[in-house]
Amino acid sequence: MTDVISVFGLHKAFGNTVALDGLDLTVREGEVHGFLGPNGSGKSTTIRILLGLLRADRGTGTVLGRDPWREATELHRSLAYVPGDVVLWPTLTGGEVIDLLGRLRGGIDEARRRRLVQRFELDETKKGKAYSKGNRQKVALVAALASDVPLLVLDEPTAGLDPLMEEIFQAELMALRDAGRTTLLSSHILSEVEKACDRVSIVRAGRIVDSGSLADLRHLSRTRVHALLRSAPTLAELEAWPGTHDARVDGAEVWCSVDAEHLGDLVATLGSHGVETLTCQPPTLEELFLARYQPQPA
Amino acid sequence: MTTRLAGAPDLLRLAWRRDRILVPASVIGLVVLSVGSAQTTLELYPDDESAAAGLAGILTNPSIIAMYGPLASQTADALAVFKTVMMGAFLVAVLGFVVVRRHTRTEEDEGRLELLGSGVVGRWSPLAAAVTLATVAVVAASALSAAGLAALGMDVPGSVAFGVAWLAAGLATVGVTAVAVQLASTTRGAAGLGFGFLAAAYALRALADSADDGSVLHALGWLSPLGWAGRVEAYGANRQWVLLLGLATLVAGVVVGVAVLERRDLGAGLIPARTGPARAGRILSGPLGLVTRMARGTIVGWTLGLTLGGVVVGSLLGSVADLADDPVVSDFLEQLGGSAGTVEDIFVSTELGFISAAVAAAGVALALRLVGSERSGLGEVVLSTPTSRLRWYAANVAVPLALTTFLMVVLGVVLGVVGPAVTELAPSLGESVGASLAKLPAVWVLIAVAAALGGAVPRFAPFAWAVLLVTFLVGELGPSMQLPSWILDASPFTHLSQLPGGTFEVVPSLALVAVTAVLVVLGGVAYLHRDVA
Repeated sequence: MTDVISVFGLHKAFGNTVALDGLDLTVREGEVHGFLGPNGSGKSTTIRILLGLLRADRGTGTVLGRDPWREATELHRSLAYVPGDVVLWPTLTGGEVIDLLGRLRGGIDEARRRRLVQRFELDETKKGKAYSKGNRQKVALVAALASDVPLLVLDEPTAGLDPLMEEIFQAELMALRDAGRTTLLSSHILSEVEKACDRVSIVRAGRIVDSGSLADLRHLSRTRVHALLRSAPTLAELEAWPGTHDARVDGAEVWCSVDAEHLGDLVATLGSHGVETLTCQPPTLEELFLARYQPQPA
Repeated sequence: MTTRLAGAPDLLRLAWRRDRILVPASVIGLVVLSVGSAQTTLELYPDDESAAAGLAGILTNPSIIAMYGPLASQTADALAVFKTVMMGAFLVAVLGFVVVRRHTRTEEDEGRLELLGSGVVGRWSPLAAAVTLATVAVVAASALSAAGLAALGMDVPGSVAFGVAWLAAGLATVGVTAVAVQLASTTRGAAGLGFGFLAAAYALRALADSADDGSVLHALGWLSPLGWAGRVEAYGANRQWVLLLGLATLVAGVVVGVAVLERRDLGAGLIPARTGPARAGRILSGPLGLVTRMARGTIVGWTLGLTLGGVVVGSLLGSVADLADDPVVSDFLEQLGGSAGTVEDIFVSTELGFISAAVAAAGVALALRLVGSERSGLGEVVLSTPTSRLRWYAANVAVPLALTTFLMVVLGVVLGVVGPAVTELAPSLGESVGASLAKLPAVWVLIAVAAALGGAVPRFAPFAWAVLLVTFLVGELGPSMQLPSWILDASPFTHLSQLPGGTFEVVPSLALVAVTAVLVVLGGVAYLHRDVA
């Protein structure tokens, strides 16, 4: 597998504000890559650098094998972009904008365009000014999803969509992935990323703090364990077992979280205490995310 | 009532905070315009004898009165403010319009009012704050000008009347804008209504003022707020009561505006947004087509406007001919236009100079859309497609250059057809088109300034407007104010060949074209190398 996006050590400052501080990002061909981070963490700045709209102060890398700053135009033949805050020409209708963007990108799949307009229940005859935020987003999404390009760059594309439309968006995204397209999906809607993304990168204060498949990321985190035992250990005993944290004991019930590499040991040890019920809960993306955003101890 | 106006003082403070440069700078500019030009005129014509003897005959001429309004009296004072009464009244009206629109429809259009409106802000408050600030601005410009003129030693009741002339036009426009921003559902729509109103008011008073006293057409001039400015007749009849017309219009406008406001939803107007085609036409296939399509309203409006302008100027040539044998006339016109040749030639050259400045404004507005689209995020959308920056920049420069060229051709052709039909002394079709095209290099330079600023330093792009205004005023008032030649030379209009009647000088025109090219290239190079977002 080749990398569609691979950039290293991106730095970008606006005046005194450091937006990116050595950001690395790798997106593999054919994957949906979640790009997670809170507001102001540098997601949109990164995307604008990947599109060649901004020039990184430092850092190297390619998108689809091209230098995004020097070969922006060539690069843009192979990607479609949906900005986070979709603005439309106030006097053009949604249909006109879809056609315009399709033509500027060098062609649009007519059948897919029709199907998408229908599925998203988009009224194409309204002027840009008259659309709600969600409908503006639909216009941009239809234009992007109907383009025949290998890479989609979507900056929080579902922020204005209702849950029904989000469902449709997810399905379309899956269909495109199955067709071999690559997607960079910036988002802070974790359930969406969890459902749609093969791998994620978590950005914080201008650098990637974690990157990998959800399984990898989970592996780095603790699993929560709850067990009902015939002979429960004391709290002190439980805390002394390797890799356990946040331990609690209440009669025959124990709760704790455990580092991934010690999960096996813990289960074995629990077994010797006579397990009656046992639940192991891998961390949710939300927990992964929050864990990386807790203020780090100095 | 009080709940409807809740938060109005806070909104007024916010508006003032946002306009603390715009409003004072505009007021100072207007005061400098009125007092400065009066002072220099009075230095040239210190007493009524010199003024009346030299110029009174000309100023009763319909074509000049069509441009500036009636002459109030044959005194030096009246002469000193002859041009600035109308020019200033128009600019004061524009200031009133801009301030009201900025804080009402623009805020609503951009969605900022929604944020404010969800707080403890009464429904009438934004309009009340905007109208208050605009009124303050208009009153300040008028009152300070009146005080300044009186301080020059000019007749005091006349100076007050001068202030009244500006104020009546300004207050009326504030009132009309209060309605316009309720009717239109977009900022641009409000601009269309506002400037359409001002253009109609100007055209009506131009026609009425050139009609005979006592005719119905002449009486119709009382319907135009710009007509009021002339009919105050400052330093003549001094009709101070005209102020009541302005006040009444302001009050009526606010009442109607509030009534509409009571009935409409936030974000909506009374003129609803229409639907359009579901598929794009062929023109929307590339950056050039996109820019052209977005300029459609501008193209249609200005083409109609310049056709009308050509007809009006062409028909006025008939009355200019009556004065052909008065030598004083050509002296004066020469001062206005600085030309040589017949009275008709000079008149055409002068009018073309005026109109070309307006055409340049259309060009500058279009050239600034490069920055506008960057700010709104539309530029990002276009540039994320295979459209190169070079093509996007080029399209945004090419359309204003092409449109202004087209407009001047239209003007020249219409003038060249209508003029000879009215009088055989008018310049021929070829001369008219040639003279019209000869103004283009200066127009192009101003567009190039906007393009260069937008390409290199988008933050400063609006300075292109200041450059346009200053070059226009320098060209218009500079010679009679006897400004030093280096200031005059800084205006591209100074370097144009005087056509028709004069000879076409190739070198200065080529130099202006070269300046245009250099500015466009510099802007383009900078645009290719800077961050866009």
